[in-house]
Amino acid sequence: MVPPELRYTKDHEWVRVEGDTATVGVTAYAAEQLGDVVFVELPDAGRSLEQHATFGVVESVKAVSDLFAPITGEVAEVNAALAGSPELVNSDPYGTGWMIRVRVADAGQVDELLDAAVYEQLISEG
Amino acid sequence: MPYGPHTPADRERMLATIGVSGIDELFADIPAPLRASPLRLDPPEPEQTLARRLEGLADRNRTDLASFLGAGAYRHWSPAAVDQILLRGEWYTAYTPYQPEVSQGTLQSIYEYESLIAELVGLDVVSASHYDGAAATAEGALMTCRATRRERILVSRGIHPHYRAVVETYFAGAGLRVDEIPLVAAGPAAGTTDLEALSAMLADGTGPVAGVLVAQPSFYGLLEPMAEATAMAHRAGALSVAVVEPVSLAVLAPPGAYGADIAAGEGQPLGIPLQYGGPYLGILACTDALVRQIPGRLVGMTTDLDGQRAFVMTLQAREQHIRREKAASNICTNQALLALAASVWLATLGPHGLRDVAALGAVRAAELEAALGAIGAPRLHPGAYLNEFAVRVPNARAVHRALLDRGILAGLVLADAVPDEPSVADALLVCATEVTTSEEIAALAGVLGALIGGGGRVPAGAAR
Amino acid sequence: MTVAGSRLQPTLFERSRPGRGGGKIPHPPPDALDRIPAAQRREVPAGLPELNEPEVVRHYVNLSQLNYAIDTGFYPLGSCTMKWNPKLNEWAARLPGFTELHPMAPDAVAQGTLQLLWELEQILCEVSGMRAVTLQPAAGAHGELTGILMIRAYHEGRGDLGRTEVLVPDSAHGTNPATATMAGLRTVSLPAAPDGGVDLDAFRAALGPQTAAIMITNPSTLGMFESRIGELLDLVHGAGALAYMDGANLNAILGRFKPGEAGFDVMHINTHKTFSTPHGGGGPGAGPVGVGEKLLPFLPAPRVLREPDGSFRIEAVGERPSSIGRMRSFVGSTGVLVRAFAYLRTHGDSGLREVTDDAVLAANYLKARLAASGLYDIPFEGPCKHEFIASASSIKKRTGVRTLDIAKRLLDHGFHAPTIYFPLTVDEAMLIEPTETESIETLDAFADALITIAREAESDPDMVTSAPHTAPTKRLDEAGAARNPNLRWRAAATGSWTPCPD
Repeated sequence: MVPPELRYTKDHEWVRVEGDTATVGVTAYAAEQLGDVVFVELPDAGRSLEQHATFGVVESVKAVSDLFAPITGEVAEVNAALAGSPELVNSDPYGTGWMIRVRVADAGQVDELLDAAVYEQLISEG
Repeated sequence: MPYGPHTPADRERMLATIGVSGIDELFADIPAPLRASPLRLDPPEPEQTLARRLEGLADRNRTDLASFLGAGAYRHWSPAAVDQILLRGEWYTAYTPYQPEVSQGTLQSIYEYESLIAELVGLDVVSASHYDGAAATAEGALMTCRATRRERILVSRGIHPHYRAVVETYFAGAGLRVDEIPLVAAGPAAGTTDLEALSAMLADGTGPVAGVLVAQPSFYGLLEPMAEATAMAHRAGALSVAVVEPVSLAVLAPPGAYGADIAAGEGQPLGIPLQYGGPYLGILACTDALVRQIPGRLVGMTTDLDGQRAFVMTLQAREQHIRREKAASNICTNQALLALAASVWLATLGPHGLRDVAALGAVRAAELEAALGAIGAPRLHPGAYLNEFAVRVPNARAVHRALLDRGILAGLVLADAVPDEPSVADALLVCATEVTTSEEIAALAGVLGALIGGGGRVPAGAAR
Repeated sequence: MTVAGSRLQPTLFERSRPGRGGGKIPHPPPDALDRIPAAQRREVPAGLPELNEPEVVRHYVNLSQLNYAIDTGFYPLGSCTMKWNPKLNEWAARLPGFTELHPMAPDAVAQGTLQLLWELEQILCEVSGMRAVTLQPAAGAHGELTGILMIRAYHEGRGDLGRTEVLVPDSAHGTNPATATMAGLRTVSLPAAPDGGVDLDAFRAALGPQTAAIMITNPSTLGMFESRIGELLDLVHGAGALAYMDGANLNAILGRFKPGEAGFDVMHINTHKTFSTPHGGGGPGAGPVGVGEKLLPFLPAPRVLREPDGSFRIEAVGERPSSIGRMRSFVGSTGVLVRAFAYLRTHGDSGLREVTDDAVLAANYLKARLAASGLYDIPFEGPCKHEFIASASSIKKRTGVRTLDIAKRLLDHGFHAPTIYFPLTVDEAMLIEPTETESIETLDAFADALITIAREAESDPDMVTSAPHTAPTKRLDEAGAARNPNLRWRAAATGSWTPCPD
């Protein structure tokens, strides 16, 4: 079910690496658990993120969840569409529901992320 | 138990269904050494004797006085319809509207309250209510720190001393800094917030300022330079918090008009009884830009599955039951019934009635000023006021007490309320509203004139 | 967006007609405001609605009829204690001697109210086993903040500056961790043991010289008495920390357990739960806080004091420098406290104990009936206190019908729903608190409704998942409300505003 080409975190985020840029979002499983997403708080472009530190917040009607940086790096771009259409996180979590693009500072961190098979196993265990 | 339904047979049936032989078995989980000692209280009191006891206590209060006391809580006429509405059990015995399908009355009434207050303050977002004006002010001050990520606020000493004290308590808890802006000592602006001092504090390099708090009217009844203070705050990157009295907003410029980011205040004057301090109504409002920083419940308009317009609590992810230790505030219970009272009062009076309340208070206060000036109790400050002002009275505490013996509550002894403000040492803070009568004013002037003009009739140095 | 033919009502603003209403207040002379500087005056009048009294009254009466309320039916909201609100208390709070008293009135003219407040403090001391009580906090959460600020002041007063953490069980109300944050302290969440109580091993591991306090709700939000409370309190005090009791569930232990006697250092009391002051659609409440010996000096100012001559007075400004200061303006929510006083006097020693006994009896009865049905999961066995947890976890697995759906379907049966999805630690939780004032017929009817709905979930799940069917509205678009917030009526849509006659 989860896209095989992406990498994942235990916090239910996905990472797509293209060159030295990593696109980050939350998985369909996370979006489902949250319910209808109503607000996404994201950092400004240019901010430096430390791996595992919070970089934003995603809110649904009845829940709220921190977003954790899967890797260290500078925020290159933020998905401005989420400000007006937070529901994209539910409807297209791996596509138009992406959240930020990060310039990868340490490629080694990417290699340590979960692959699709391991993540699939993780969510099947609940 | 007076309100209990169970017959002995009911109890037996319930115990049998549970499968225990007696009620004590249901408390076996309380460790024996920790079980309570017997309650040393009076036995149950029948309704008729308790009613007499309560009437006796109420009668021990003296509420037959000609009162000129305001100082943050004001007497106003409340049309009979207001309390008739509040007495409906569907309002006062309902809970927080967590099931919106069966709570549309409460939800729509809160939405209407938010809308009415938004009109008064000229700001777009109004919380469903806070505990009182002081708590709302403290929450408004905390909002400025969250929004700016700064840790210092400047608070005018023209703000009610209770509000300043509560801000101090909240800020000490959060580890944030409060500095007080002094009042102008002399001249035409005497008693108002010292703008030069404010300017210097904003630029003193001891820490960036998150918010500037000024009250309109001030605790001393004076009209403050709100537009100037707001502009100065904004130039320093700080937010502006206006502490307002809602009835005055019928005739005074609203916070939104002079650019305030946040308005906080006491809603009691909107038809809520004095009742010795509460329950009152904390008003908190802000600009759209700050909607995610405002604590407390918010009700919004939406639709149901059939497309019917309906109302619901919204943006709840800011609140403690979801965000827990990261919530903007721990507030849960609010003052919904008082928000309803304020709404019914405003709806019953309408825009013209509200203006009449404010304007008539101003007329009565001018009458009071003239009467007191004529007997040698002039105003303490020269600036403009609406319906409350300080008057200089020698030996104010003793005079106040002597007046009380004559059935007159001559406002507030400022030396008792603000002992750290020497400039108001021998002064009374008096107010008038639309319910103040010319006869009451004449009585105060007559007795006070005799006391301060008559020599020797005031017991000098009498204690409070 | 139409409201025609519906029980729903147009807003005040839509009912407004320019020029209608008025006449309640004498008209001031035209020059009334001439002495107010022009720059300080309002230029654009507030866009308030214009209505006459009959319209206002019908508006609010019609709106009220869209509400569920204790006066109209059973309200089994767990942790909220929706018991009967006695009518005597409403009458008492409206006595003019109480309502017309100004909060800054000199003590000499406020002796009746001051006596009532002082006597109420004594009663609450006896019920809680505490040394002293402050009536200042306006609500439970406000009381929590008061208590935690006193604990901070206590540690700081002893020069014990490293205590920055508050231990909070994960089943606690969200107000507990939120309070710790407001008081500048960090929350450490404690997991529960399988029986729902605090896991003592996890607790020992979390406790240390950095611990300022533990906040415990007892009985817990699972409706269970914390039977290891003696050990917990010994450990807390042995570590130099203090123990805060969240009194939300005090209705379960009146006359059976006095937190102060047992060793708690501070607790709050929700008068709007245990002592039946009305909830008012969300408030007002009152949150008196009781303290033991250690926290006595730190109580908020001002206190109500009794003088040797039997008269009462309010502490003067600055009289007790060790105080944490003010929590609110004036003395407290006196109107609420009058109601609580009347309730406590009505019940007296034996009545309060019967309140608790009957509240616990009702909860256990309802729990036994649901357990016997075999349809709902009852995660915690054994006697509960005044409330209990049921869960639709198995029903969901079998039918897809969730607790939310069952809650909505209950509305069609004429009942308010229980508290749902709280505590967060139980899947598909329903927290059911019947209170002591509901008859066995009502309890049976409610149990029957839950059983009927569970069967309906098997036979006709769509009927349940599309509920409610008979409420004034269907389910609401909450996501839409949050994504595009509409938080106020826009005056522009109300039409013209009539200038004042002068």
